[in-house]
Amino acid sequence: MVDPEFKSLTYLSPTGMVGGGFTEEHFINALDRDLAFIGCDAGSCDGGPSYLGANEHFGSRAAVKRDLAILLRAARKLDIPLLIGSCGGSGGNWNVDWMFDILKEIAAEEALKPFKTALIYSEPDRDLLVEKFHDGKLAPLNAAPPVSETALRDAVRVVGMMGAEGFQAALGAGADVVLAGRATDASIFAAIPLLRGFDPGLVWHAAKIMECGGAAVTKLDRPEGMLCTLHQDRFVLEPVSPVQKCSPTSIASHALYETGDPFEMREPSGILTLQNAVYEAVDDRSVVVSGSGFRKAPYSIRLEGAEIAGYRAVVIGGIRDPILLARFDAFMASAQTDIDHGVVASFGEDIAGDYQLTYRAYGRDGVLGQREPLRDQVGHEIGLFISVVAKTQETANAIASLAAHRILHHSVPEWTGLVSNLAFPIAPHVIPTGAAYRFMLNHAVFLDDPLELFDLQYRMVNA
Amino acid sequence: MTQLGTIASLMRSKNAGPFELTIDIMFDGPADFERVIASGVVNDKDIGALLGIEPQLVKVHHYPPAHAIKVTMPRPVSVGDPGDSDLFGGQLFGPLVTLDIPD
Repeated sequence: MVDPEFKSLTYLSPTGMVGGGFTEEHFINALDRDLAFIGCDAGSCDGGPSYLGANEHFGSRAAVKRDLAILLRAARKLDIPLLIGSCGGSGGNWNVDWMFDILKEIAAEEALKPFKTALIYSEPDRDLLVEKFHDGKLAPLNAAPPVSETALRDAVRVVGMMGAEGFQAALGAGADVVLAGRATDASIFAAIPLLRGFDPGLVWHAAKIMECGGAAVTKLDRPEGMLCTLHQDRFVLEPVSPVQKCSPTSIASHALYETGDPFEMREPSGILTLQNAVYEAVDDRSVVVSGSGFRKAPYSIRLEGAEIAGYRAVVIGGIRDPILLARFDAFMASAQTDIDHGVVASFGEDIAGDYQLTYRAYGRDGVLGQREPLRDQVGHEIGLFISVVAKTQETANAIASLAAHRILHHSVPEWTGLVSNLAFPIAPHVIPTGAAYRFMLNHAVFLDDPLELFDLQYRMVNA
Repeated sequence: MTQLGTIASLMRSKNAGPFELTIDIMFDGPADFERVIASGVVNDKDIGALLGIEPQLVKVHHYPPAHAIKVTMPRPVSVGDPGDSDLFGGQLFGPLVTLDIPD
């Protein structure tokens, strides 16, 4: 049932990620559209597991502060909710606090009137998670690694991706600004429209497009925002930038981006179904969508977790000797025997399972490795990337140094005497890169209550 | 014969979550889209063989609203794993570009 008061609802997504940037002038011009709220995603797991594991943000604090300041100013001036999901990149507790620090700094600098901020922490209690595991409530998703109680307890960090209910609970408690930990991107934009009774198929489909800001345009030369107006039987998308355009194809194409299946997408409360979605042009820059469906399913959220795989050191070296390049595989096999011998001589036989040494031969098969169909075609140069992951940083540095040195001077049968086979572009040539993390969960956890793994807290800012 | 990359308006690959990889092959209109589907070249068995993935784990979707073919498969290792060669999965579509499509 749509509340008759809300026949339509318009909201704004200023950019695909807080810190990604947008043109302030275009954003300001979009504010006079009677907005119900402003939402923005702030995260991604694209950057790999290390940001989640290491309590770091993958971007620049200055860029995040710049975007957040513009959003906060606008939302407080209009007195509409500002919803941010997956704070600080990976949505861990540290990341939420990091974002909150920036928010407080802005509020103080701009002397904003007091407002209420909800902080939603999304690192589940490990005992509760283990209990769910033993109760059979964890289900592996596609290609999930095996999970165990030990793995759940030992993980450096685990986050749960909240649904719309987290934002709804915070708004229900009177929050003006919601800084959420890890959340599904679409839940940021679905929370308020669902509360107002709009059709879940349309709500989730619109949210799925809006989470990327204005990315679903025909030509994306710089990140900008998107406006969405929901009606009872359709939604309309319009780019914020006057020079950007949406077309039915650009909007429909967005269902392909970073998704495994373009027709069905899982959200915590069910499955968005796009088999009957219809995309039509309103004019040369706006698109109307209808026919999107939603099928309820047992409530579950996806878990992400990072564990330490070891500590890494890397070396980059170029090979330009045509004689060596002509017999590259045989040379590397021979050098490897020499390296193995050297490692055992330094660390003893027990080191064998405690480190992982990998090579990438750029110029031949650096990207695809053994799966490269053209790996027998060697050009005039190879960039050799050597990576060592070991139990300690010291061991990783030592093995990387040893491997580089052995390859540097390993004999080439056609040459007589001492050779130097690698061109190192920097000194020192061994680069310690710190802890190496690994994603160790791709599981859904079925919940009795959408909020049971999340911790909602409230803070008055500038009070 | 025409190479797939010459017919497609965009070919790209990207992570679909930390454990899956998805390849999008997009066309300007229904004619090219239908032509490539009719050729049967983009199928789970051959793409699996080309990229070294078991064919039953490769899913091919035809997506008419954007004249696109999507091919989704497990990543050989998860995003950012010590054995991973492509953090964003952005370059793993390469071998598909030169697939021959019969005229």
